[in-house]
Amino acid sequence: MPMEAIAAEKVEKSAGSGPRFVPERAEFPGEPGWLGALRREAFGRFESLGFPTPKDEAWRYTGLQTVTEIPWTRGAWAPRLAKPLPSGARLLTPAGAEGRLGRIVPFEKNAFAALNTALFEGAGALILEIAPGAVLAEPIEIVIDAGAPDSAEAAYPRVLILAGERSESSVVESYVGSGRTFTNAVTEIALAPGAILEHTKLQEESLEARHVHTVAVQQARGSRFTSHNVALGSALARTDLSAILGGEGAECALYGLFVGRGRQHLDNRTVIDHATPHTTSRELYKGVMDGASRGVFHGTIVVRPDAQKTDAVQTNKNLLLSREALVNSTPALEIFADDVKCKHGSTTGQLDAAALFYLRSRGIGEPEARALLTWAFAADVAEKIRVPSIRRRVERELGQRLPGAESAATATSGGAA
Amino acid sequence: MANSPFLEIHNLHASVAGNEILRGVELTVNRGEVHAVMGPNGSGKSTLAHVLAGRPGYTVTEGKVLYKGQDLLAMAPELRAREGVFLAFQYPVEIPGVSNVYFLKAAVNAIRKHRGLPEYDAMEFLALVRQKAKLVEIDEDLVKRPVNEGFSGGEKKRNEIFQMALLDPALAILDETDSGLDIDALRIVAGGVNQLRSPERSMIVVTHYQRLLNYIVPDFLHVLVEGRIVRSGGKELALELEEKGYAWLEKEPPPSVGVPAGAH
Repeated sequence: MPMEAIAAEKVEKSAGSGPRFVPERAEFPGEPGWLGALRREAFGRFESLGFPTPKDEAWRYTGLQTVTEIPWTRGAWAPRLAKPLPSGARLLTPAGAEGRLGRIVPFEKNAFAALNTALFEGAGALILEIAPGAVLAEPIEIVIDAGAPDSAEAAYPRVLILAGERSESSVVESYVGSGRTFTNAVTEIALAPGAILEHTKLQEESLEARHVHTVAVQQARGSRFTSHNVALGSALARTDLSAILGGEGAECALYGLFVGRGRQHLDNRTVIDHATPHTTSRELYKGVMDGASRGVFHGTIVVRPDAQKTDAVQTNKNLLLSREALVNSTPALEIFADDVKCKHGSTTGQLDAAALFYLRSRGIGEPEARALLTWAFAADVAEKIRVPSIRRRVERELGQRLPGAESAATATSGGAA
Repeated sequence: MANSPFLEIHNLHASVAGNEILRGVELTVNRGEVHAVMGPNGSGKSTLAHVLAGRPGYTVTEGKVLYKGQDLLAMAPELRAREGVFLAFQYPVEIPGVSNVYFLKAAVNAIRKHRGLPEYDAMEFLALVRQKAKLVEIDEDLVKRPVNEGFSGGEKKRNEIFQMALLDPALAILDETDSGLDIDALRIVAGGVNQLRSPERSMIVVTHYQRLLNYIVPDFLHVLVEGRIVRSGGKELALELEEKGYAWLEKEPPPSVGVPAGAH
């Protein structure tokens, strides 16, 4: 089905003349003046930037024809809470988030973030505030459900998370849907001094969906941010995640897992900006690509001139399960300080032939051995999720996506026997 | 079939990456016998072990191997294992992310299923693990860790023999099981192997040094040089090798093809 849909779009393309998706400016009556001004600025920015083309370095490996050549109409889905908020957390309206909403994500060079800022449904924006000192007893789950609209629809979900001083919380954003939809989402996250936030993004939209998500994180002194970015769905999905370590002692850990099959295209771009001294970052992204899918990892680590004692480790590992699958991996270090520890490494390969033979030599069939090794490769990213209910859910979803992994799903827990 | 030898290797030629390593191996092993295969570096000892286990990349160019009367070389590695062939690796593979205990339960149950036996549940399997772990003095903690990951050389070799005890093979091939072991570890590993000796189990013990054969005393010993077995005899041959080295055999012409090297 998804492949037929894409083929049909290609026919339209050859008959048509250039981009067909022309977003229109929208008015949101009753909004505060500052928000209206921000939207006008953002739309102007979008108009001058236009949609990226392959000539843009940041979109070199990800063509946008299947986004820009579809006349998407406006969809109505927006972020919503899966259940009532635990105590210590509350929702704000855009009017109550002046000076914060729209201040974390830069849209100067990001057409999608600009478009989202201009067009997000103000009433539907989800603005979450974690009270200073609050330690949330359970994770907050935000669902962004694109549903199954009859025609091709686009929406602009907007999330802002304000983690108060020394608060501890876990927030899940879960992107689902079953139709031909285009989600252009923006999530802004601000961590006050000493805040600890675990953010999990689980993207399992339909294989006909297009998904572009900009996540911008601003960290104050002594804060700790952990991201789990799991991409399983969509024909084309791109996540741009940037974290600014803007105060001494700030730490971030970015974990990513993208699992592609068929003709899926999964693109992950991260920027970690060590803007102050004594900051630490850890990054591990893993790709598992099957069929004729394509994965992209582009990870930038910036160390500003005065950000001495930066400690950064970036790792990208990719597993190709078929001859047609492909991953482009680009680590980029921009280091302007001299007293720093920065390491990065990238590997792309197939299942380890020696390990495969070892398992088979003990009587385990080849398909089961492959599934076991694939699961083991992917599962260590899922294992890093600290909230057990979320970890189990991610493992369950993985089990359904990895070839033959259901049987191997218990392989990594020591007490499996 | 009952009268045919347990394992018959005839004129076995095999190459790795285009280089011919085995050049006409003849060997017969009967049920319950322990055969040692010795030879200098590069003689083809490990190649023989891997060819018998079915390692991809090892190409048999000529000859045949009959195992319980069946064509062993036509069988996939997992089928050989289920039929009772076990290779103790010289270099056991580390598999991060897969717990030893899960891996072993999957292996034991694959073999039991093949033999028409009911699969073990978690409790039954853990009981079996406890019983067999004692054999090679392996720490139960190691059993729960990822397969071989971070194991010392001695722990890896003990894990191999532990696996052998769990999988209960009819033909165990030990590839340089003594390499890298200190004398205490060697004693433990050899002790485990000796406890697994039985009239129902045959073994091929591949080793470079005579030292291992002080602990695992073979019924027969063969010397492999340049891909052929050039001398066969009893365990006393090991002492002769210890005294003279391999050089005196390398100079001798190979025996004529067709003479079974293994005694019956």
